[in-house]
Amino acid sequence: MQWVSYLPSLAQGALVTAWITLAAIAVGAVLAFVAGIARVEGGRAVSTLALCYTELFRGTSLLVQLFWFYYALPLIGISFEPVATGILVLALHVGAYGSEIVRGALASVSVQQFEAARALNFGRMHTLIHVTLPQAIIEMLPAFGNLAIETLKLSSLVSLISIADLTFRAQSIRNLTLDSAGVYSLTLVGYFAMSLVLMLVMRLIERWARRGAAFPRAAHS
Amino acid sequence: MTENATPPLIQFAGVTKRFGALTVLDDFNFEVAPGEKVTLIGPSGSGKSTVLRILMTLEPFQEGRLTLAGMDYQEPAGTGPFKASERHLRDIRSHVGMVFQSFNLFPHMSVMRNVAEAPVRVLGLSRAEAEARALDLLALVGLVDKKDHFPSQLSGGQQQRVAIARALAMRPRVLLFDEPTSALDPQLVGEVLAVIRDLAHEHDLTMLLVTHEMRFAREVSDRVCFFDKGRICEQGSPEAIFTAPSHPRTCEFLASVLG
Ligand SMILES: Nc1ncnc2c1ncn2[C@@H]1O[C@H](COP(=O)(O)OP(=O)(O)OP(=O)(O)O)[C@@H](O)[C@H]1O
Ligand SMILES: [Mg+2]
Repeated sequence: MQWVSYLPSLAQGALVTAWITLAAIAVGAVLAFVAGIARVEGGRAVSTLALCYTELFRGTSLLVQLFWFYYALPLIGISFEPVATGILVLALHVGAYGSEIVRGALASVSVQQFEAARALNFGRMHTLIHVTLPQAIIEMLPAFGNLAIETLKLSSLVSLISIADLTFRAQSIRNLTLDSAGVYSLTLVGYFAMSLVLMLVMRLIERWARRGAAFPRAAHS
Repeated sequence: MTENATPPLIQFAGVTKRFGALTVLDDFNFEVAPGEKVTLIGPSGSGKSTVLRILMTLEPFQEGRLTLAGMDYQEPAGTGPFKASERHLRDIRSHVGMVFQSFNLFPHMSVMRNVAEAPVRVLGLSRAEAEARALDLLALVGLVDKKDHFPSQLSGGQQQRVAIARALAMRPRVLLFDEPTSALDPQLVGEVLAVIRDLAHEHDLTMLLVTHEMRFAREVSDRVCFFDKGRICEQGSPEAIFTAPSHPRTCEFLASVLG
């Protein structure tokens, strides 16, 4: 029953993982909407800027991004706390992938909806806020759910910039006890439990968004 | 048309509309008097929808001139495909409403919000004013009891009646109907036509209707225009067109649709 003694330390790490993941998802979702809407609605300059952001962060290694923000950026005088760096880099990752989700969902709203909005003389802003986004968000939710879980798993990389998250704690305990099987099994269970909670929360959000029978044909079960 | 003291509300003068290499309207001339109820009939692809869509500013046109209540659709210094600023297009749109073949209700809004939303967001009415207006219109189309339903919970005929109420809520001078009953099951067509028939009695409302319901066209229109290949081939009173068409293409078309 040696593994029981790992639990307090692992639980502390899990809290850090949860906090970093949730903060990254929250900030990243905002970035995703800003960049995704900019791609669809922005003028040429704005949408190109958003495209560059998306492709830059999708096209480079997350681990290298972490190192760059943690080790390279301070060389030009900008430095953050490790945790802030982890949240920032993960959020930029969520924003880049999420902007594609937002863009795709906005593009999937039928042209007839735009025409109906135009026939009612809605302006561009009102069309976006009241007609297209509410419909698109429903389409985005499953993909955002996947992205959230992916972010949770990727958050283990922050252990490499000395943040004491779940993975970091597991490593330390293993180095001390050499009980690889016990420590890593517990760690897997920890991540899995957190994913389950995330999945459940996303389901609830989805159900809430489809309330009122506005969209009775659920896109998936 | 007979000579008339009132100037036309809508005037197409030599309008040409192309989709790439395809010329859909070629030097198109067409006038509609205020309050007139005009039906457009003709074979598929003859450009009937295109005329309505140009009027609704859903499609730009390349040449010629189009005016509504004396307002030019294109501005002298206008840019972009419409040769007009968004503000100018919105001025024009404020006079025009459209009912689509596929209803195009907003699926995420209740019936009440579908009707009341644009008056709130676009006209700046208070929510209470807009909902009072919406209730009157839902009464007109016989759907007050469905006000809290969502479009997916309504039959096609009911959805189209909501769409008509939604368009009317903006108080347009011109209401365009593009095959409003074509997507409906036969037994639901009647309820939608009944609503449009009532509107046809509105003296001030100008109506342009594209339909394949010939009996109905005959009943409600002041004038019927037969379209062929992007031109009005023949037009006149419903009696004249349906009982004594003079153009061979009209005869042929009517024979094919009346069976
Ligand atoms: N967006 C578009 N791009 C290219 N061609 C188009 C487009 N919209 C319409 N057309 C073409 O323009 C022509 C006229 O179309 P329109 O929809 O006005 O015909 P219609 O008289 O309404 O026919 P229907 O009775 O089938 O609705 C057709 O040949 C059609 O294929
Ligand atoms: Mg058509």
